[in-house]
Amino acid sequence: MSGLVKAWLAGGAMLALVASPALASERPFNLGKIATPEEVAGWDIDVRPDGLGAPVGMGNAIDGEEIYADRCAACHGDFGEAVDNWPVLVGGEGTLDSHDPVKTTGSYWPYASTMYDYIYRAMPFGEAQSLTYDETYQIVAFLLYMNDIIEDDFEVSHENIGTIEMPNRDGFFMPDPRPDAQPVASEPCMTNCDVPTNIIGRARDIDVTPEQES
Amino acid sequence: MAEDKNRNGTFSRRSLIGGAAALGSVGLSRAATGAEANPDNLPPNVSEWTPYLGAGVDANPYGMPSPYEEHVIRRNVEWLTASTESSVNFTPLHELEGFVTPNGLCFERHHGGVPEVIPTDYRLMINGLVDRELIFTLEELKRFPQTNRFYFLECAANGGMEWRGAQLNGCQFTFGMVHNVQYTGVLLKDLAREVGVKPDAKWILAEGGDSAGMNRSIPIEKIMDDCMIAWAMNGEALRPEQGYPARLVVPGWEGNMWVKWIRRLEFGDMPYMAREETSKYTDLMEDGNARMFTWVMDAKSVVTSPSPEKAILEKGVHQLKGLAWSGRGKITRVDVSLDGGRNWQTAELHGPVLDKCLTRFTLPFEWNGEELLVQSRAMDETGYVQPTIDALQAERGVNSIYHNNAIATWMVNKDGSVDNVRLG
Repeated sequence: MSGLVKAWLAGGAMLALVASPALASERPFNLGKIATPEEVAGWDIDVRPDGLGAPVGMGNAIDGEEIYADRCAACHGDFGEAVDNWPVLVGGEGTLDSHDPVKTTGSYWPYASTMYDYIYRAMPFGEAQSLTYDETYQIVAFLLYMNDIIEDDFEVSHENIGTIEMPNRDGFFMPDPRPDAQPVASEPCMTNCDVPTNIIGRARDIDVTPEQES
Repeated sequence: MAEDKNRNGTFSRRSLIGGAAALGSVGLSRAATGAEANPDNLPPNVSEWTPYLGAGVDANPYGMPSPYEEHVIRRNVEWLTASTESSVNFTPLHELEGFVTPNGLCFERHHGGVPEVIPTDYRLMINGLVDRELIFTLEELKRFPQTNRFYFLECAANGGMEWRGAQLNGCQFTFGMVHNVQYTGVLLKDLAREVGVKPDAKWILAEGGDSAGMNRSIPIEKIMDDCMIAWAMNGEALRPEQGYPARLVVPGWEGNMWVKWIRRLEFGDMPYMAREETSKYTDLMEDGNARMFTWVMDAKSVVTSPSPEKAILEKGVHQLKGLAWSGRGKITRVDVSLDGGRNWQTAELHGPVLDKCLTRFTLPFEWNGEELLVQSRAMDETGYVQPTIDALQAERGVNSIYHNNAIATWMVNKDGSVDNVRLG
């Protein structure tokens, strides 16, 4: 059902909420200026899972190794293993159902497009949007190669960024199943409730709380 | 050794155990204890501040709290994150009254630091599936019909350190990724009318102008319901760390979606699957699959006093104080237990009780030096009941990081000190 039909069925109140071509032709407040294509192109940097928005360019892992070493490895390590507390980018296969899941681009991320989108918009940390399109494709290719998803000479490009199959593509589900964990009875228990009250852990004993000066 | 999730203000078990964190002894300020009064200032004597003139007007052109309140500040947990620019600090809920969070105490969560946005150079672009792609100045946004509403904002990772047990010994550190202010702004449905949204637009991508370029997908039903672009909080311009000069407001939904320093809204026909809604802010279940698009913040409550930072100092009557909130609507009831959940009393709610807003509750109690196991349990207008940690773990395991809205337990010891404990 189209938004227009929905709005019609829902009555007048919804008409203002769901735009239709007829309403859209009016500008109720006549505020703002029309964006030029150049202005939109400069800011519209997102890349969707179907590849929409991917800028023209390409890169492979062989070329990506050098740019990765130069721009990424200081925090993420030469092999994506990470330095200090910075994110691990490589490995983690088979750990998601373990006690200590390691969520990397290879083990967890469902879309290669997200790697391009994020690396271009936010990386290197503190030098956002400084990579060229080709450099971004090269880094994506290097990380995909390090995670055994593509071969080292595979050219990642705007034409295939939306088709690369990530190992954990089907590891996510929706819609949100909440509310969950609700009591069986309609009214929560108020008196003599059967609950465990033994102390099995104290934050004081874990001893990782920052000190608070008096 | 570190893990990716440290970037989310959450932690790995290893970093937790290995973290070189300081001893968690909780100090009490002299002002808080009132135990060391100077008799020269007490009746029948004339107090030292009475005979002389005090500071004149403009001594503080922008007023600041009393120096005796300097302990009431946001605090972070250094070992949680790799850098302060991509990190989080926590609201001192235990020091607050009522339901409004002062602007300077609202917790911070940044992914690329706080940008210094020049307001005259600020622009909001709306593009994609619209009849007209438009660019607005800040002053133009302020010429739209305005809306003023109180809302809580909670990070989905609030309490994320507590899934496996009682970890941080503080109300601030375990519940402080929430704040509650009054927003002034324009409803997105008014902006949508101005650009003319095409019928096939089902989603919006909200994007920040910060160094993280924070981006999240939001379904159009929510956009057209109650989302706002806000430029003010509690009557003044947004603080820089809260998105100055303009941010997105997504009432009741996880804080990561409330994009700060917002520069662009794009209408599209499918979700964009940005980094923050795929590799982050997805809830990993025990079987290795993850819930995606878990936007709503379920009902939750916390006892702010007594709490690990708010010891009981004297025997006798006291007022138990706390806060409750729900992303699904209004809080309808809060029950309090002093014996670990065996028996409950209903607390008094202090109005105004508003939709998707912090709600203050109190309960008088008398303490005579006995051990207490203090809990609170919130209920909202949908009938939702705040769950126990056991109930949450049974559904979700312990690896989901996000959306821990479980009932916490504060143990009041015989000396009046208070500990974050886990019961079982």
